[in-house]
Amino acid sequence: MAKSAFRVPPLSQYTEVPAIMPGAMAQSAPFVSKAEFQEPLGFPGELVDDWQARAIAKMGELLGKYRSLRVYLDACVKCGACTDKCHYFLGTSDPRNMPVGRQDLLRKVYRRYFTWSGRLFPRLVGAEDLTREMLDDWYSYFHQCSQCRRCSVFCPLGIDTAEISMAAREILDSIGLGQKYCNEIIGKVYKVGNNLGLPGPALRHTLEGLEEDVYDDTGVRVRYPIDQEGAEILLVTPSADFFAEPHVDGLIGYGKVLHESGISWTLSSHASEAANFGMFIGSYDNMRQIALRIREAAIQLKVKRIVFGECGHAWRVAYSFLNTLAGPWDFLDPRYPVPQHICEFTYDLIQQGRLTFDKSLNDDKVLTYHDSCNVARASRMGDMPGGQFEIPRAIIRATCNHFHEMDEDTIRDRTFCCGGGGGLLTDDLIELRVKGAKPRMDALNNVMQEKGVTHMVAICAICKSQFTKVLPYYGMEMEQILSLHQLVSNAIVLTPGPDDEADEDDDDDQPDDDPDQE
Amino acid sequence: MAFLTTVYAFLFYFAAFVLVAGLVFRIARYALTPAPLKIPTTPAPTTRGGVVLRMTREVVLFESLFRGNKWTWIFGWIFHFGLFIVTLRHLRYFIEPVWFPIQLVQPFGIYGGLAMIIGLAGLWARRFLVDRVRYISAPSDHLILALLILIGVSGLLVKFVFHTDVVAIKTFFLGLYAFEIRPLPADPLLLLHLLLVAMLMILFPYSKLLHAPGLFFSPSRNQADNPREQRHLAPWAKRLEQGRG
Repeated sequence: MAKSAFRVPPLSQYTEVPAIMPGAMAQSAPFVSKAEFQEPLGFPGELVDDWQARAIAKMGELLGKYRSLRVYLDACVKCGACTDKCHYFLGTSDPRNMPVGRQDLLRKVYRRYFTWSGRLFPRLVGAEDLTREMLDDWYSYFHQCSQCRRCSVFCPLGIDTAEISMAAREILDSIGLGQKYCNEIIGKVYKVGNNLGLPGPALRHTLEGLEEDVYDDTGVRVRYPIDQEGAEILLVTPSADFFAEPHVDGLIGYGKVLHESGISWTLSSHASEAANFGMFIGSYDNMRQIALRIREAAIQLKVKRIVFGECGHAWRVAYSFLNTLAGPWDFLDPRYPVPQHICEFTYDLIQQGRLTFDKSLNDDKVLTYHDSCNVARASRMGDMPGGQFEIPRAIIRATCNHFHEMDEDTIRDRTFCCGGGGGLLTDDLIELRVKGAKPRMDALNNVMQEKGVTHMVAICAICKSQFTKVLPYYGMEMEQILSLHQLVSNAIVLTPGPDDEADEDDDDDQPDDDPDQE
Repeated sequence: MAFLTTVYAFLFYFAAFVLVAGLVFRIARYALTPAPLKIPTTPAPTTRGGVVLRMTREVVLFESLFRGNKWTWIFGWIFHFGLFIVTLRHLRYFIEPVWFPIQLVQPFGIYGGLAMIIGLAGLWARRFLVDRVRYISAPSDHLILALLILIGVSGLLVKFVFHTDVVAIKTFFLGLYAFEIRPLPADPLLLLHLLLVAMLMILFPYSKLLHAPGLFFSPSRNQADNPREQRHLAPWAKRLEQGRG
């Protein structure tokens, strides 16, 4: 078990709803952004002098721009249905981590400055002034929400705390109180092209290494091309896929599937990041700027289709927002949705019988599947509602013999966030991340005990990084978390190409298909 | 009695004005505020027809609440359904002739009143008994429950214990349509009942009772899940695109 400065909650068979402990997580707050990370995003470098007036003005502006914010701040009836739904509340017992408790931090101020009842009778309706204490509570608790939308599933009015958190972070940024982790990362995307700040040469080097590794493993030359103009497909994937474990095994898998499809594809160094942290900070402008890089890359590389790799919040922005932010995509092949998820791509090939698997190659594992929150509750795959649940499972069943579901209350649209989403995947929030993972850890532990599950599969870069980090706190192994396309990669039977040793007589009707030729 | 009648007549003119004008203003503002991004909570219907169905299930059955909390659902649903029946029953005071369906609903209205009070009592009990719900309750959350329960109790008492002249009440309200002030029976319990109802009407556009129109404007429930098929662009977002290559 990893050492920690806080108490790791003990696992239980089913996650119990704790008695509330006000202030239990009041000390939790991420590092504040410095001026050098604020200014490239268009935010003040430090807390401005007239922050109170400017925060209220910003709130007023957002109320006029976002119907969600206006309706959600008015509509809550305090019924309590959401109070036991947030993984951060279940893991920390802090009532301000109940979705309504978190919303109320903003709602109290909204009522004070924007409603008659709050102006005239603040105490009666629970309205409060925007004081320095309130501002600090905003900073603390709106960085304890992973924007996973689990609360919105159960709210009778459909109130989505993610919308409230995004608005709050936008207000905080606008007065110079930004979060270092998110804002520094967005700056890297603008400067270099991805969250990790990996420049083009480093990416090329990594991809060449992957090609060698796959060739050594399989004897088949699978290409991992980048910046290849004229390719059919642009693959946009989270930059963690380029080197982190187990992410990179997923990238290897995408390459193998694309190899089998016979369709030419490329990555882009300009748009070498699927994740869009602009959403985490609620900034339409920044989200749009990041999304436009994908449009620019698609135009520059003259591709016909766009496919996204495994990434949860990225898939939300891609599926739900990309057409809005960076469309229309009328210059791409209209026969395919824009964008597509790599799981949709793989699933289609499986349906067409174009992939061959040896499932026994995954027989050393007993698997379960973690629905990533933003894939589950903020997007779709395929033609039917709920395809985001069925398509990944279909891929698992096509590639593995041993699969078990976790508890019904913790999967599909009731899935729990991994605990690290929404811009919280930073070491300065490790206590929150560990405690917030508890509901998922309970459910995982349960199937490990009862069904002998050995590994959990996810399709989100944040989930993978978060579980790698927190599994040891709960006495499990960091290697127990896998990429979905890692299973595909293990089981897929590759067709040797013309330049592979194994075959001499293969078709040579495509003499110039070597994509890396200079 | 003429004085009290006049006071009540103007009270109801005022309450009706606040209710209608307040709601029109609120609803117009909800409708005019853009929803710049597609944010339905998924899985979501992909067509408008599907959205109508989803919304109907939310309005009639409280589907999400059912999944969220069975106790709140049962009490909440009993209260709202009771209130609905009671409201239908009361329509007979405001229309002449009384429509046939409203005649049919009359005998059930009594049970609606009882259901309302049982539901409200259950919801109020949760505000004391469940620590999480206690924590989120402001004084106004308690007062609105008290107001609704008092309306229900005073109404049932007028019906069962301290009878009043219902024909005169109807004459009073129908008179208001023609700006004629006709005498209202001076029974204290009736006057209390009417006063509380007028308060509820006035509070409606300025309180959490706005959840009723709000639900219809909730983007997580009223949007179709079709972002890849149809480009969704708010007017203020469209302006950002000018000058884009």
